[in-house]
Amino acid sequence: MTDLSEKDLDTHGTQEDGGRGESSTNVLGKILGFSLGLTLIFTLVTSLLPQVEGEAPVEKKVDLAALTMDDFVAMGEELFNNKGTCTLCHKPAPLGRAPDIAGMDMLATSAKRLADERYKGEVKDAEGYIRESMVDPSKYVVATWGKKGSNDTESPMPAVDKAPIQLSDMEMDAVIAYLQSKDGGEVTVKLPSPEAAAEITAAPAPAGTVAAPAANAEEALVKYACSACHSMTNKDVLVGPGLLGVGVRLSANEIRQSIIDPNAVITEGFQPAMPADFADKMTVKELEMIVKFLVEKKQ
Amino acid sequence: MYHKNKSVSAALRSFLGRMGILFLLMFVFGSTSTAHAAGQGASTDDVKQRIAPLGRVAIEGQKFIEVEPIVSAEDTVEPMAAPRPSRLDYPNIGVSSRAVVWILAQMHLFFGALVLAVPLFVLVIELMGVKTGDERYDAMAYEFMKISLTGFSITAIFGGSLALALFVLYPDFMAYMMHVFGAQWLVYAGIFFLESFFLYTYYYGWNAMRYGNLKWLHLTLGLLLNGAGMTIMVLSNSWATFMMAPSGVNEVGVVIGDIWEVMKGPLWNPINLHRFIANIAFGGAVVGAYAAFKFLSTRDPVKRAHYDWMGYTSNFIAILAFLPLPFAGYWLMAEIYAYSQQMGITAMGGILAWLFIVQAVLIGTILLAGNFYLWSGMSRTEGSVRYQPLIKYIALVLVVCFLIWVTPHTLILSASEIAELGGSHHHILGPLGIMPAKNIAVNLMLVVTFLSFQIYRRSDKVATVSWVKAGNALLVAIYMVAIVNIVFLGVYYGYFTNTVYKVGSSVAQVTSTLLVIITGIVIDSLMYKNAKTLPSHWGRIPDRSQYALFALPIAFTWLMGLMGYVRSSVKTHWHVYTVMKDNSPDNFIPTIGYAGNMITIVTVLFLLFVLFMFWVANLGATTQPKPVIAGEGGVG
Repeated sequence: MTDLSEKDLDTHGTQEDGGRGESSTNVLGKILGFSLGLTLIFTLVTSLLPQVEGEAPVEKKVDLAALTMDDFVAMGEELFNNKGTCTLCHKPAPLGRAPDIAGMDMLATSAKRLADERYKGEVKDAEGYIRESMVDPSKYVVATWGKKGSNDTESPMPAVDKAPIQLSDMEMDAVIAYLQSKDGGEVTVKLPSPEAAAEITAAPAPAGTVAAPAANAEEALVKYACSACHSMTNKDVLVGPGLLGVGVRLSANEIRQSIIDPNAVITEGFQPAMPADFADKMTVKELEMIVKFLVEKKQ
Repeated sequence: MYHKNKSVSAALRSFLGRMGILFLLMFVFGSTSTAHAAGQGASTDDVKQRIAPLGRVAIEGQKFIEVEPIVSAEDTVEPMAAPRPSRLDYPNIGVSSRAVVWILAQMHLFFGALVLAVPLFVLVIELMGVKTGDERYDAMAYEFMKISLTGFSITAIFGGSLALALFVLYPDFMAYMMHVFGAQWLVYAGIFFLESFFLYTYYYGWNAMRYGNLKWLHLTLGLLLNGAGMTIMVLSNSWATFMMAPSGVNEVGVVIGDIWEVMKGPLWNPINLHRFIANIAFGGAVVGAYAAFKFLSTRDPVKRAHYDWMGYTSNFIAILAFLPLPFAGYWLMAEIYAYSQQMGITAMGGILAWLFIVQAVLIGTILLAGNFYLWSGMSRTEGSVRYQPLIKYIALVLVVCFLIWVTPHTLILSASEIAELGGSHHHILGPLGIMPAKNIAVNLMLVVTFLSFQIYRRSDKVATVSWVKAGNALLVAIYMVAIVNIVFLGVYYGYFTNTVYKVGSSVAQVTSTLLVIITGIVIDSLMYKNAKTLPSHWGRIPDRSQYALFALPIAFTWLMGLMGYVRSSVKTHWHVYTVMKDNSPDNFIPTIGYAGNMITIVTVLFLLFVLFMFWVANLGATTQPKPVIAGEGGVG
């Protein structure tokens, strides 16, 4: 810092006003006006730019019984561009930070990569390769796209079935269907059926994960995917009977028994398809929340 | 909170149980010793059976009998995963909860930054006063402290309000944060006592400890005040960085590490450094505005000279701290990319990318205002005529680079406009919209700003060393090589190789800029060691130059608000990224226009509170003249 010495004072005042200062009120008015004006200019700049909101992913219900393959492919394309966040990195050069999937034939590319000696995975076909690259991207890292310092052995891509993306198995199938169909290839993934959904929900959670307990009945119903097989809004049969008005038909004890020991009493006309391990999975609180919710479902 | 309460009640039960056992033991010991004295024949098994429920007791001369504690299912505490609140779990107070927290948090951060920074450079100025023996440094340091003193209370008021708002509006989130950070919150609160103690003894003891050994004690108090302030800052930074990049917890949020592992996430130190430097720049800019206001509103040439010097010193602090700030920013962004490429792209290339156009406008304003102030300040010395021809070239580089920086990559166009343009990007201006062009621009702006600073510093001196020509030639060579390097790296790696190299080359560009700054300071400090000093007239500066000292804090405040918006938004719809989802009605990233309005609200609020702070500081030095009562003081 340059220091101040007595002899350096400019005792003749400023060149502009000859030494006369302004009153504090005038100065305050001017600087407030200047500061507010500048602030408003910055605000104006933000209002001139494109106004885009970053929406949080919304859970959508899909009517599996009415789902066609075209719908499924369209769903995959939407997931690819939005919830899956794939296009953040997979876009054309020079903006991309990963290979431009949308601009390449994924079926032909998959075959080439499976034949490459650097491939470390176990699958044999394009469908398997695309799925594997989503859940375990380091099985094959495209040359020059690996993590810095990993010599293309480690991928910077996050596993899409984990947070923050968290695509479900069904959603990953939809993305595969989209990637297979976009270049006119054969779609090999199967359309999800209500039965398959029931199987998925019955599958054990991955090792090492502890699902947080549900906070209320609605959340518990989502957590255990009850509505994948039981309609909550009408009496229509999906896989199991619809639960509208179940509180009239069954007592709390009967509902509780049908959850923790579903094969004890099977409703006439139904196969024993309900998972039998809810007693092991649910906390007591979750069970009681669901029972109370269903008992109160009189209409 | 449920588990917290549970563990507290478990601890209470355990405590009461132990007290009960203690009383029982006293009773049993009395009984057994009597029994022991009365009859030696009782078997050990009987005793064991009789006292077993009481726990760990020993019979004289024998070992302790180990009794397994009875653990009921109720007593076992499950590890607490991050809560998953539904929308109904967020209280609705009729206005946006996020907006309320946004305003309170930003006001707390503005004042927090100010009161952390001011004691830091005050201490340095005070030390300069001791080293040079010039008491005016001491007086200026004291004045800086005086004008920011109310800021400590304002920071605390907004901090307390923020905490209450968070507890009321985001109860599950706060319960989880309390659970994760545990006793660290109490340590944080405890350090406030220390900081307050050091603050008040440092400020009120200024004149009582002005000379001799007591001055060193005073400086030590200042150092401890800064130590306490820095500790508070890094502790609170750990909450923000945990929310962005959680560590010490598993994927569902169960705490699996100790508090150190929770705190030292990948973004903690980059944020610590970035905020530390930014606070100094911000603090310098705010006190500079005070000096400018005092300069403009006084008629006394001695005071004008004093406030001119004070404004110059504040600007010096602000710009000097500002120059390395982009490099701390690079480090932070590099760590964000290393932690999650997705998060990095959300900030730089995704929905928030437009925000960097606004950032360019703000930083451009800061650099133009800082440079303009330096050029205006050259009128204080006759020696500045030697360097004035350079100013127009510096101004040209600044303006061109500023325009490159604000050039957007993607334009919002109609179909006919796209057809006319021959694509969605302009064939000449399009390449200027991407990062390599902006990296070149920002580095060149920093280099020429340093050049302004350097010629200003030289303007009142004439070097007397024999190697002046060689030294200047070396300096010019360093500038030229650095500029060529910055441009070449940006063009070659930015446009002719893939993205990975593009990012890597920016580090080399930054190094070139840093090299210019460091070698410039070293060469000049050697060359002008025993230089001849030319006359310099403090107070001889145009009034319009003082407006640059108002533009700086306004732009800095706005910039801090903007960066707060991006830092918080990169978490997208998560309270704690990947661990605790935000299910509140405000769980989306707001538009840049909405954010702009919010930032303007907090900037104006901050401006008003700062004016209040300055007014209070001056109020203390004002004495009302004793009123003259009618009839008194007459002739006679």
